[in-house]
Amino acid sequence: MPNNDALRLYKTAHIDKALDDPNVAHLTISHDKVISSQSLPGLNVIPKEIKDGVDIKIVLEEGVVIKNPVHMCFGMLKQEGVQRIILDIDIKPKASIFVIAHCIFPDAVKVQHLMNGKIKVGEHASYTYLEKHIHADSGGVEVVPKARVMLSDYARFKTDFELLQGRVGKIEIDYETICLAHSVMEMTAKINGSGDDVIKINESALLEGEGARGVLTSRVALRQNARAEVFNKIIATAPFTRGHVDCKEIVQDKAIASATPIVEVRDPKAHVTHEAAIGSVDSKQLQTLMSRGLSEEEAVALIIQGLLS
Amino acid sequence: MSVLTLKNISLTLSDKKILHNVNLEFLPGKIHALVGPNGAGKSSLAFTIMGLEGYRKFEGDIIFKGESLKDKSIDQRAKLGITLAWQEPARYEGLAISSFLEAAYSPEKGFKPEEALLKSGLAPDLYLKRAVDKTLSGGERKKVELASILAMMPQVVLLDEPDSGIDIESLERIFDAIKILKKRGSTVILITHSLKVLEHAEDAFLLCCGHLMEKGSGHSMCRYFKGKCMPCDHQNMPEADDAK
Repeated sequence: MPNNDALRLYKTAHIDKALDDPNVAHLTISHDKVISSQSLPGLNVIPKEIKDGVDIKIVLEEGVVIKNPVHMCFGMLKQEGVQRIILDIDIKPKASIFVIAHCIFPDAVKVQHLMNGKIKVGEHASYTYLEKHIHADSGGVEVVPKARVMLSDYARFKTDFELLQGRVGKIEIDYETICLAHSVMEMTAKINGSGDDVIKINESALLEGEGARGVLTSRVALRQNARAEVFNKIIATAPFTRGHVDCKEIVQDKAIASATPIVEVRDPKAHVTHEAAIGSVDSKQLQTLMSRGLSEEEAVALIIQGLLS
Repeated sequence: MSVLTLKNISLTLSDKKILHNVNLEFLPGKIHALVGPNGAGKSSLAFTIMGLEGYRKFEGDIIFKGESLKDKSIDQRAKLGITLAWQEPARYEGLAISSFLEAAYSPEKGFKPEEALLKSGLAPDLYLKRAVDKTLSGGERKKVELASILAMMPQVVLLDEPDSGIDIESLERIFDAIKILKKRGSTVILITHSLKVLEHAEDAFLLCCGHLMEKGSGHSMCRYFKGKCMPCDHQNMPEADDAK
């Protein structure tokens, strides 16, 4: 039976029903304590409590396919404190898993959430990771997720980072991926900033195996005095590699946004493209919705909702 | 008694006069057409009626059901019962068709989103969850736009080039939707280059270089397409020559 902290985290993330299912694996961490966990055959989750956090080793054995999403809850119900999460994930060849991480800081006034991840995805294996943040409206959260990802031949890695509920506070994403032959990488970040939020996204991919493919996508909406800096870099060093950087930022009020897409090609048979758009809401989109009777504010909200969906 | 009256509308954009003292009356529940060559001012007139950005400073007045629209914003005009379908509809990354239609839906008058989509020729189960984005073809986007108008069921609809980018079969669905709008009492204003579209209009107005050249039945205006820019000899080159 989950304790009160766990129940509150599950309810905030709307996963209380999903975790009743014995076929759904999960790990729940409140601040620096493991308060609930359930594993499945072939999925080894070894959490170790450390000062201000938890060090977690996850191994998915070769050929094991986990059908249901695995839920990881990283919460902090206190108003102040630091939470350190160290993740070492090893997806063995031909294995497949989809992990949803719920990072919940509903009462934060001064909370730091620091994540340091090392991820290895084996040959022909697949790792999908969705990280959803739910923050307090105070803006008192600082999130610093770092990950170093290694994709073996024919591996697939897809990650979505969403920070759409509550105020961002400060966030500094730093993800780096190395892609070996014929591997596929997709990294997407969607963040909605307001107040004096500060957003930094630094994502890079090195396509060093023949035929490796990668896409870096950023979608950021800013209003009031929020600021965002997006650095997306793809370097292609092998033949037949394909990469694309796509950054879109909507800016309102006094918010400031910048985007720096860097593409570098070191092989004549590689091909990397980029697109970046920063500015206000598209005028035709806005006027179309207004011509259906929406106010300007309602129309902008709907457009941003779509962009970040 | 007209539902929408244009009184001496003149519009200047970037020091170029686009519309010259245009006077028009649109009748309730009728299908009208605005025809004319490229640069005649048809779309500009539609944008002025809708009050789009850049088209708000004009001379004259636009009267909708006895009320001046001159100081009304786009959404205020829409709430009164006027809407516009663009020749090239907007794309929205990530916005589901269901949300797009729901935003326009008027429970008192309009069709529910599923019904509106069906009447526009798109299967709801295949389209409602899709986004109004670049994955839709031009024709599909036009149908989604039309569905949003059926969901809204306004009193006056401005349809800018409803046939552009549309295949023959889809065009019939669009004509069906126009008939539905008329049946429900909407006034439809078609902006068109197409004889096939014009044939569905009861009344038509010929514009050339921003001047209203002729009014008549849709049928009588078909001569425009056969005799080129009748009744003027303007040769479809508005930049080179003023029609009057």
